[in-house]
Amino acid sequence: MKTSTKPYHKKPRILRRRQPNRSRGGDIFIYIFLAVMACIMVLPLVFAINQSLKPMDELFRFPPTFFAKNPGFQNFTDLFVTMNKSTVPFSRYIFNTLFTTAVGTAGHLLIGSMAAFVLAKYDFPGNRLIFGVVVTALMFTGSILMIPNYLIMNSLGWIDSLLAIIVPAFASPMGVFLMKQFMEGLPTALIEAAKVDGATEWYVFTRIVMPNVKPAWLTMIIFSVQSLWNNPASVYIYSEEKKALVYALSQVSLGGVARTGQAAAVSVVTMIVPILLFIISESQILETMASSGIKD
Amino acid sequence: MSSFAKSYVEMKKTNARIAWKKAKNMKTCYLFLLPFFVLFFTFYILPIFSSIYYSFTYYNILEPPKFIFLQNYINLILQDDVFLIAIKNTFIIAVITGPIGYMLQFVCAWFINELPKWLRAIVVIMFYSPSIAGNIYYIFSIFFRGDAYGYVNGILIDIGLINEPIFFLTNPEYMMGLIIAVLLWLSMGAGFLGFVAGLQGVDKAQYEAGYLDGVRNRWQELWYITLPNMKPMLLFGAVMAITSSFGVSAQTMALCGYPSTDYAARTIVTHLYDYGFTRFEMGYASAIATILFLAMILCNKAIQALLRRVGH
Repeated sequence: MKTSTKPYHKKPRILRRRQPNRSRGGDIFIYIFLAVMACIMVLPLVFAINQSLKPMDELFRFPPTFFAKNPGFQNFTDLFVTMNKSTVPFSRYIFNTLFTTAVGTAGHLLIGSMAAFVLAKYDFPGNRLIFGVVVTALMFTGSILMIPNYLIMNSLGWIDSLLAIIVPAFASPMGVFLMKQFMEGLPTALIEAAKVDGATEWYVFTRIVMPNVKPAWLTMIIFSVQSLWNNPASVYIYSEEKKALVYALSQVSLGGVARTGQAAAVSVVTMIVPILLFIISESQILETMASSGIKD
Repeated sequence: MSSFAKSYVEMKKTNARIAWKKAKNMKTCYLFLLPFFVLFFTFYILPIFSSIYYSFTYYNILEPPKFIFLQNYINLILQDDVFLIAIKNTFIIAVITGPIGYMLQFVCAWFINELPKWLRAIVVIMFYSPSIAGNIYYIFSIFFRGDAYGYVNGILIDIGLINEPIFFLTNPEYMMGLIIAVLLWLSMGAGFLGFVAGLQGVDKAQYEAGYLDGVRNRWQELWYITLPNMKPMLLFGAVMAITSSFGVSAQTMALCGYPSTDYAARTIVTHLYDYGFTRFEMGYASAIATILFLAMILCNKAIQALLRRVGH
């Protein structure tokens, strides 16, 4: 049935013009442009992986080579040895990162989506104002908040405590923003019906709204994990046993020329996790981002 | 006149009473919002105000803050030559990487939207990866290393274009160009995802209607149908672009060093970091943060005004 309404579906994808008002030349240009851009975007990443697989003598060869001739995992094993020589066991760093990421994400998911739920579905005094502030707060990056947050953490006694990383992550405006925008798309009738049946707000939230916004909370989780994973929090944390994995790893790369190979291994380890997470959840994230617009 | 004022006050009172009644009926709503609001206020709103407050003081954490009114701002603008360099650099970076990065994001997303589905998924991963890959941008310091082992230098010497290596990362002539290139490479962030997803969400029927109404090529389609539909995403993308282009510091510090030669790669945030965490002059650093904050808000307002004209 579908194919009969769109007959051009029968031709192979590349040969067919998507829409009648598209020029062939334009299509070719698009493919070339995107191919060039994709190379620019990916080559440095491929290079980083290659670099991590090169033995020491290849890292300092003249003229430099792009691909490793004798690839091996020497740098990764070296990195492991270096990490184990540190005063704090390697597993401790991993635990710190897993702990902050897990707790921070769980709290963010619960607190953030509770707020998003009422912001999206109820009209109460102050609703618009609060959401407006959340949207503005999307711009408050670490750089602006760094100094005053340090002072706040200081007065709370949270300097050199994992709480300084975890608790602010609970209220990250990005997650609430995306969640609220996505929840707006839920039919209000669904909620009204439940309320007529006498359901409480909590019931509506946990049993009706949350199961229906799966892409949004997956996105919330991924974004939260990505930012917590990449957050060295070097400003707040100074004692060795509380440092996150990324922070500890970045200290290895500061070890100078002798650690060039290990530094490359470090960057591969750090980049692989967020990228894999994105690959797994791409379609859900895009579904969420479709409602990310800010209305005037 | 007084009766008018009276009725105005009366009206306001009634409005407040209605709002209060509504609020009382909505108690659960506020309960749901409370945990978020408390944390959001403490770690995202309060800092802005405390930053403004501390910017009028001399504060080094050890001693209680001393109120000095505008002295920090006067020093910043009249005496701090390095801050002027930082402003200039941040301005250059924001003006170039902001709009170009923004347009690049949109153009790429727009082109990607024309691809078949399976290819689109792969290309989006390729484009989005650099921005989530942590501090991977450090790899450019190997490309552009100032000795013959640096890739660019190595290749240039090998083919005989230059005789001795160029100090890309320490020579002020090259620094900014390099930083800008790296930032553009990193610019495909959340805004880009918003564009990709938003373009998918545009109602297909509108394109068909547009075709019947005589939309002849993709440019007309872009201006008359796509862009007006994408306005909310464009605003979101703008907020993201402002955030990333004004907040640059980690990349310059990783690539050009901290401090960089002649402060040639210093940005406002680097300066803020310097005063806040190297010298612990929190009042002075707060003044820097406040200026940055105001600049970002103004920029956001300007872009909102500009985007209102799209499609008209």
